[in-house]
Amino acid sequence: MSAKASLIQAIEGDPKFHKLVAKRTRLAWTLTGAMLLIYFGFIAVIAFAPEWLGIFISGAMTLGIPIGLAVIASAFVLTGFYVYRANSEFDRLTREILEGMK
Amino acid sequence: MTLVRLLSAGAVALALSAGISLAHAAEPAVAAPPPSRTAMILFLIFVVITLWITTWAARRNRSAADFYAAGAGISGTQNGLAIAGDYMSAASFLGISGLVFASGYDGLIYSVGWLVGWPIIMFLIAERLRNLGRYTFADVVSFRLEPVEIRTLAALGTLTVVAFYLIAQMVGAGKLIELLFGIPYLYAVMAVGALMILYVALGGMLATTWVQIIKSCLLLGGATFLAVMVLIHFGFSPEALFASAIAVHPDGTSIMMPGNLVGDPISAVSLGLALMFGAAGLPHILMRFFTVADARTARKSVLYATGFIGYFYVLTFIIGFGAITYLMNDPANYRIGADGTYNKVTDLIGGTNMAAVQLANAIGGSFFLGFISAVAFATIVAVVAGLTLAGASAVSHDLYTSVIAKETPSEDREVWVSKAAAVAIGIIAVFLGYVFENENVAYMVGLAFAVAASCNFPALLMSLLWRGATTRGVFIGGLLGLVSSIAGVVLGPAVWVHTLGFAHAPFPYDNPALFSMALAFGGIWLFSKTDKSKRAQIDKAGFKAQFIRSETGIGASGAVAY
Repeated sequence: MSAKASLIQAIEGDPKFHKLVAKRTRLAWTLTGAMLLIYFGFIAVIAFAPEWLGIFISGAMTLGIPIGLAVIASAFVLTGFYVYRANSEFDRLTREILEGMK
Repeated sequence: MTLVRLLSAGAVALALSAGISLAHAAEPAVAAPPPSRTAMILFLIFVVITLWITTWAARRNRSAADFYAAGAGISGTQNGLAIAGDYMSAASFLGISGLVFASGYDGLIYSVGWLVGWPIIMFLIAERLRNLGRYTFADVVSFRLEPVEIRTLAALGTLTVVAFYLIAQMVGAGKLIELLFGIPYLYAVMAVGALMILYVALGGMLATTWVQIIKSCLLLGGATFLAVMVLIHFGFSPEALFASAIAVHPDGTSIMMPGNLVGDPISAVSLGLALMFGAAGLPHILMRFFTVADARTARKSVLYATGFIGYFYVLTFIIGFGAITYLMNDPANYRIGADGTYNKVTDLIGGTNMAAVQLANAIGGSFFLGFISAVAFATIVAVVAGLTLAGASAVSHDLYTSVIAKETPSEDREVWVSKAAAVAIGIIAVFLGYVFENENVAYMVGLAFAVAASCNFPALLMSLLWRGATTRGVFIGGLLGLVSSIAGVVLGPAVWVHTLGFAHAPFPYDNPALFSMALAFGGIWLFSKTDKSKRAQIDKAGFKAQFIRSETGIGASGAVAY
């Protein structure tokens, strides 16, 4: 068996690898779903109930302004949350897997 | 008078490069206008600095890894700025602020669409891309699939996106430079072509990256200054800004809510998909992930890029509203009709896409006007350089090494081919820019996004995430997406009716992404499922090794130490 094939087999048999993949996959798809929901929810409101975004909330400010800015902010916040989890948890797990291979 | 001429011709140029609203494009400049001295000096400074960086980069480039990926030695912050630089075009700066100026809230809807693709790139693509690839995204798609077919598909997708994007940028750049420097259109386009060839062929990815970083800083700095000056004027009270805008805008309170930008729900969703997933299929953006050392830095780049781009779009929104309040009550900013009146939106000198430039003049006088014009050039030149590098890499690294050459060429030979391709693409871009001078090219940016979302993105995503994807499936599905997205745009209202002049468009929607993406994903699924070839077994068997490397980074190409 080649070194590469045995390495693949070793990683595949490592429970930490499965833990890493399961956790990261769940987080990535949850956040993807959240972003799609937020964005297409916003598009749906524009398409079906645009007048709702035109409600005045404070002087000349309409509800649509904070909501639009919130969608922009949500893109950054979701991305930041992913980086936070990846930098702490996922990188640690990856390092442990790599060290286990030596 | 300089200002008037400058703005009216600039409007045509930027409406073309913006791809957003051509409705209010003004008449072209009449005589050869006197050049704007400030803009010329500032732009020449930009050119001198970037060419100096290019010679510095040329001395450091020693290998293919240096040429394609800057030796994978770019930091996360630098790459975040460079990605933002590749993504924030003059179109988004002048086009979106112009859209806000014309219709208020609708501009925000576009900004949001252009931003929300970035989190998706982060969650599903960025780290895997870095772990699997070296120079182009085709490295990743062909990791376990048959390279000849996959790289042919990827090169087709890349070159199509690059061609349409380049035409729009070249025409816009040519008209703007013609105006500010007072030199003929053809020479202006040739100057842009020469600059991009020099950056790419001599300096490779390292020089191109630094050109992007400088442009990003200039654009963010200029836009910040404009927005802050507007906010100071209103005591940092958004309510006061909006109240003042409502008072002067002919549409009154309706600028504070969605208007007519988004028509039927199908168009809305189709446009949303193209904006969102187009970003994840742009070849010059995807290449940027190979310029950093590892997946961790790739993550950091996307976070920074998302922050910069989101911040920038908030600025364009403030700038658009600022332009409403600063410009609309001053007849000096308008072409006055025979009866002494003017339309506050459509009669703006230079058209609505010039709102930000007009605002710069109103706030900072001719010096700041020159500065913002120079920033707009720098923006276009940087974007065309990034596109040229992506196209040249597709020719040399994908087509030449895997499809054309009978045996693996040496690194030197491959880089030589890439440089030759950059020169060729530059010359072709000049030629196309010349041919399309007087054509309506506004739809081409939208077309580039639709092709990226319908060909490159599905091939990449399915090969990464679906074990069952086979060479045949990805190749046929990707081609279906490519052909149907082009057909949808050509047969749609923008080209069929408004450009070619037919009465009725066979395809009723402006953006085909909803349908072409469905065809691509459906095609990849169907032709993979029914693939019983020997190659299909190899493709599926290769998934395990690909999966482990994409998740852990084991075996990934690392940074080159200088």
